Amino acid sequence: MTYSGFRILAEALRGHRGWRPLWRDPDPQPEYDIIIVGGGGHGLSTAYYLANVFGQARVAVLEKGWLGSGNIGRNTTIIRSNYLLPGNQPFYEFSMKLWEGLEQDFNLNAMVSQRGVLNLYHSDGQRDAYRRRGNAMILSGADAELLDQGQVREMYPFLNFDNARFPIKGGLLQRRGGTARHDGVAWGYARGADRKGVDIIQNCEVTGFLIENGVCHGVETTRGTIKAGKVGVAVAGSTGRVMARAGMRLPIESFALQAFVTEGLKPCIDGVITFGAGHFYVSQSDKGGLVFGGDIDSYNSYAQRGNLPVVEDVAEGGMALMPMIGRARLLRSWGGIMDMSMDGTPIIDKTPVDGLYLNAGWCYGGFKATPASGYCFAHLLARDTPHPTAEAMRLDRFETGHVIDEKGVGAQPNLH
Amino acid sequence: MLIPHPILGPRDAQEFTYLGDARLLERPDGLAEDAPAAFHDYVYLRDNPAGVHRELWYHEHGDRSWLVVTRDTVTHEILGADLVKGAAS
Ligand SMILES: Cc1cc2nc3c(=O)[nH]c(=O)nc-3n(C[C@H](O)[C@H](O)[C@H](O)COP(=O)(O)OP(=O)(O)OC[C@H]3O[C@@H](n4cnc5c(N)ncnc54)[C@H](O)[C@@H]3O)c2cc1C
Repeated sequence: MTYSGFRILAEALRGHRGWRPLWRDPDPQPEYDIIIVGGGGHGLSTAYYLANVFGQARVAVLEKGWLGSGNIGRNTTIIRSNYLLPGNQPFYEFSMKLWEGLEQDFNLNAMVSQRGVLNLYHSDGQRDAYRRRGNAMILSGADAELLDQGQVREMYPFLNFDNARFPIKGGLLQRRGGTARHDGVAWGYARGADRKGVDIIQNCEVTGFLIENGVCHGVETTRGTIKAGKVGVAVAGSTGRVMARAGMRLPIESFALQAFVTEGLKPCIDGVITFGAGHFYVSQSDKGGLVFGGDIDSYNSYAQRGNLPVVEDVAEGGMALMPMIGRARLLRSWGGIMDMSMDGTPIIDKTPVDGLYLNAGWCYGGFKATPASGYCFAHLLARDTPHPTAEAMRLDRFETGHVIDEKGVGAQPNLH
Repeated sequence: MLIPHPILGPRDAQEFTYLGDARLLERPDGLAEDAPAAFHDYVYLRDNPAGVHRELWYHEHGDRSWLVVTRDTVTHEILGADLVKGAAS
């Protein structure tokens, strides 16, 4: 079933009796060519591109819970390609280009909204760093504009320009950045994969790997043994746990990241704003709630909830940036588990076990990467060579010294 | 979270800075033949368990001691805390 305006009209006349589920609910088959572990954004987009671009049909996605129950359904939906380093920025710009054509490509409204992402700077040094970053973005084919204080004031007059400690001096603006509806992204990829014959199997937890003489032949699951030519793992915050079952220790630790939403308000923030003197970022959802967040909770966690110190820190950041937020009532807060890597950059690579592939280390920025991550992982799984934009995202880069550390803080995941 | 400091009693976790897995105390021998591989594992690889985790917390806004805190990463329950012996304070 293809969605269109005409279709909605036709269904309205028929009392909406013609709508069907977006994907089937199949039982697992005994064997597939490729198994993807994890039905989050990255697992689903990998399956979608495997089936739609790389001609792989015998593919299954195995999801422990229900589809979209992980970080894909918990994030603050910001998409952008404003990185600095060569190993990262071309990948994120590739992702941005995929976002721009995504809804036409998978025929579902994912509410991709290029409403602009503005990173504020508060000192001359920060301005110079943003100028350099903006140039790196432009070199990769992305867009970037350096704004002065007057231009920022015109866009967002309600920001606290009188803050003596952290004066707003200007900002780096990426107009093509913005937000997308996270659930819609998961549904669009799932439906598009299912239509090409991919089996999406929910409530099927992978509990082990069939590894013989260093070769992976499939997985053990709560719904039985399933064989496969290749197995790709994309389980985000659960990476450490799952890969331990293949006997691997990884350059990754898991931490909780919280997010917050206020009651619905009249439209007041039409883009995404990030505070440069603390960790706070905010946008307004189409329902009117202010959606915001900040730092991860600083200690290892698999709890999908955070603690009060970070709540206070985020609230302080919000008050310092835009005091009017103090009048809004908080509606909900929640948490998700982040796969924080040792240099803050993801891994899309083969592993030392033949036939076992890894997609992980997304930290708190993997939503924007969903299209490119799936595309590049599918490329690797189908062709056994990395996609050109993901060549540097290797698992062995910590051994060879080719780390990609955007923030320059070293091997301490909770600081990235 | 409250951390049961062995000397100061229960303290708010906010007084502490978190470093990570307490295996960082087991620094490899820099002169051993396999030192490059051992240091790669030491610096970059982690068990990252879902469950009981021994980890290093520094009492920055307190007595500046290093503690090994045993904590469950699934429930956040703290099971105990000891002073790191021989740590500089
Ligand atoms: C609060 C919050 C805010 C965020 N904000 C942003 C943002 O604004 N912009 C941005 O770019 N990124 C953001 N992120 C990060 C982004 O959401 C993640 O990096 C990204 O979603 C991770 O990839 P995924 O969608 O595949 O993960 P997930 O949706 O977590 O998918 C992993 C799946 O694997 C499944 N799984 C785990 N173990 C097993 C097993 N043994 N067997 C089978 N399945 C298993 C899980 O159930 C889960 O569904 C945010 C994250 C959080 C938590």
